[in-house]
Amino acid sequence: MATLSRAKIDCENWTMIIRPQRRWIDLRLDALWRYRDLIALFAWRDFAANYKQTILGPLWYLIQPLLTTVMFTVIFGHLAGLSTEGLPQFLFYMSGTVIWSYFSACLSRTSNTFITNAAVFGKVYFPRLAVPISILLSNLVTFAIQFGQFLAFVAYFGLTGAAIQPNGWIWLTPVLLGIMAGLGLGFGIIISSLTTRYRDLQYLVTFGVQLLMYVTPVIYPLSAVPDKYRWLLLANPMTPIVETFRFAFLGAGTVDIIHLLYSFAFMVAVLIIGILIFNQVEHTFMDTV
Amino acid sequence: MPDTVISFENVSKLYRLGLIGSGTLSHDLNRWWARMRGKPDPLLKIGERDHGNRDGEFIWALRDVSLEVKEGEILGIIGRNGAGKSTLLKVLSQVTAPTAGQIRVKGRVASLLEVGTGFHPELTGRENIYLNGAILGMTKVEITHKFDEIVVFSGVEKFIDTPVKRYSSGMYVRLAFAVAAHLEPEILVVDEVLAVGDAEFQKKCLGKMEDVSSRNGRTVLFVSHNMRAVERLCGRALLLQDGKIAQHGFTKQVIAEYLGSGMRQTGERVWASPAKGPGDESVRLRAVRAVGADGKVASEFKVTEPFGIETEFWVLSPGFLLDVGLKFYNEDGILVFATADFQDVTWQNRPRPVGIHRSTCHVPANLLAEGTINILAAVVTNPHTVHVRETDSITVRIVDDWQPGGTRGNYTLPWPGGIVRPLTKWTFGFEPLDNRPELHGNGTREKEAV
Repeated sequence: MATLSRAKIDCENWTMIIRPQRRWIDLRLDALWRYRDLIALFAWRDFAANYKQTILGPLWYLIQPLLTTVMFTVIFGHLAGLSTEGLPQFLFYMSGTVIWSYFSACLSRTSNTFITNAAVFGKVYFPRLAVPISILLSNLVTFAIQFGQFLAFVAYFGLTGAAIQPNGWIWLTPVLLGIMAGLGLGFGIIISSLTTRYRDLQYLVTFGVQLLMYVTPVIYPLSAVPDKYRWLLLANPMTPIVETFRFAFLGAGTVDIIHLLYSFAFMVAVLIIGILIFNQVEHTFMDTV
Repeated sequence: MPDTVISFENVSKLYRLGLIGSGTLSHDLNRWWARMRGKPDPLLKIGERDHGNRDGEFIWALRDVSLEVKEGEILGIIGRNGAGKSTLLKVLSQVTAPTAGQIRVKGRVASLLEVGTGFHPELTGRENIYLNGAILGMTKVEITHKFDEIVVFSGVEKFIDTPVKRYSSGMYVRLAFAVAAHLEPEILVVDEVLAVGDAEFQKKCLGKMEDVSSRNGRTVLFVSHNMRAVERLCGRALLLQDGKIAQHGFTKQVIAEYLGSGMRQTGERVWASPAKGPGDESVRLRAVRAVGADGKVASEFKVTEPFGIETEFWVLSPGFLLDVGLKFYNEDGILVFATADFQDVTWQNRPRPVGIHRSTCHVPANLLAEGTINILAAVVTNPHTVHVRETDSITVRIVDDWQPGGTRGNYTLPWPGGIVRPLTKWTFGFEPLDNRPELHGNGTREKEAV
């Protein structure tokens, strides 16, 4: 009897059991929490190492959206003459650029998690999700800087009498960011999991993100879209986010809580699928990458 | 009795050679569907094996490895390249999952399969200590706590705020090892990291690892080709061969088994039919054998004795210009020499007819030093096509019989070493002292002093 209970205790003492296949629901989120310092350090590394040995350094975080906005204003605003729902063109494009670039950066940078980190992943174990999550964080810092710049322009235009009406929807910004982060992460890790076998996807990502931008009301308002194609834009979970963001800070656009709930549900679904696939791939990907 | 902290139960790991992915989507879908239903992979052939640990296009890097490691033990893992040492560590450190079996572990595992994993060249030494420490599983608080110790151990105090891309490679390695050495896991997995850095630093590392185990009762798994380090550090060792445990026991015995050749020594390998012999569609290996001066197959030769290596092969389609090449490796994996029949005119520019061909390479006496020699045999079309390439085709042992005749002469102590033992020619000079008065004088004075 005594030996039996001793054996039992012995069995329960194992802190880790490594098996060939991992169960689908065995996500090991506790391990992820133990590595929170690593996540923070990765995020900081991405941010700090990015612009080392550049003359302008972190200023690039401000220059990039500014240049894009100016380009959009000239091409789509002046040359193509697209509608901006009566908003100052500069602010209209900047709002779209700032919010879109967070999503696109999250998506495209998480989508090559396995490929770019193969060297490290091949030598040491830590929860692989730490990498894509740290990417969301470092991009959040970038977003904060660009968002600050956007607010400054909003204030400037507001004071100089432009027709903009920031409103209470502003408080929803963190929710919008959360949904975007979830979407970027979800899609990103699905793609990164698949690219370990089918490298082709990597090349499709850049193109895909660009294409997605054109079916999101970034450079035109949803209201300007013909009814025929409206469904396409509404099926896109990014549409309500960009529209809500623009409405919140500038006072023009289409806001519908149902659309936002759709985006949220979409995000949850993609994220769950993504994490499940990622979880299955992470423990054997070294053999196929 | 110390607790068992690592337990491998029938652990196997299968790798696929060549292309990744089955190439076709339908095969991949087929596999995926089987996996979804929990069935084994339909494209995986298990059971049929040709030779060694290769199984068609798959390779068993580990096969049914069962093993228990006790708390506080330093276990050395040795074996030839490709024996499965690194795979064992990778599976244990969760870099990749096993194909079958399970491993149970008590305590935190930190693996040191490479130094400086995740170092970022643009960041300073200080920043990299934090980053690397976190990758290896330390928290920020732990790193801050050990920071000064790490810096002192690495000896790069002066450059701690310089980006590591400006470091010399020695400094880089020292800093990286310093971080790893200050990890405090219950189980430390170390792979060959001591191969880098200068001798003094290597000593320091070995000392640190000894400390870790004896003082703190932590368990260490140590893979190395450096037998001296294994012998010094490890009480017990594990010899892996073709993915299986060949021996597990006291380090001295295991190393002797590995270096000596008892079971691996084979003077002859024969393949019964062209279908079984290694090679391509036109040339197949039939036999490789070592023969003594009397023409008989043997696997042991004296240093002072010549011997021949016969390579026999089938030529299945005519028209090829063929040459045989041999490589002689010693037990440390060092290529002692390579040779081929390129200079021989017998078959030069003469296409080989279909049939069985035999080439014999005559190895002169007094060339190889004592030890184990693994022979790689190859049949090639000079210079581009390799028809046959059989590593470790046969293994012979060269022995020193302590008899006069070779370079040993009548010297009776163990020979100092070396990978070859040639009989060298000597010439001598001599001049008597009588006609050198100046030396004479000195000699006299010495005599007076006494």
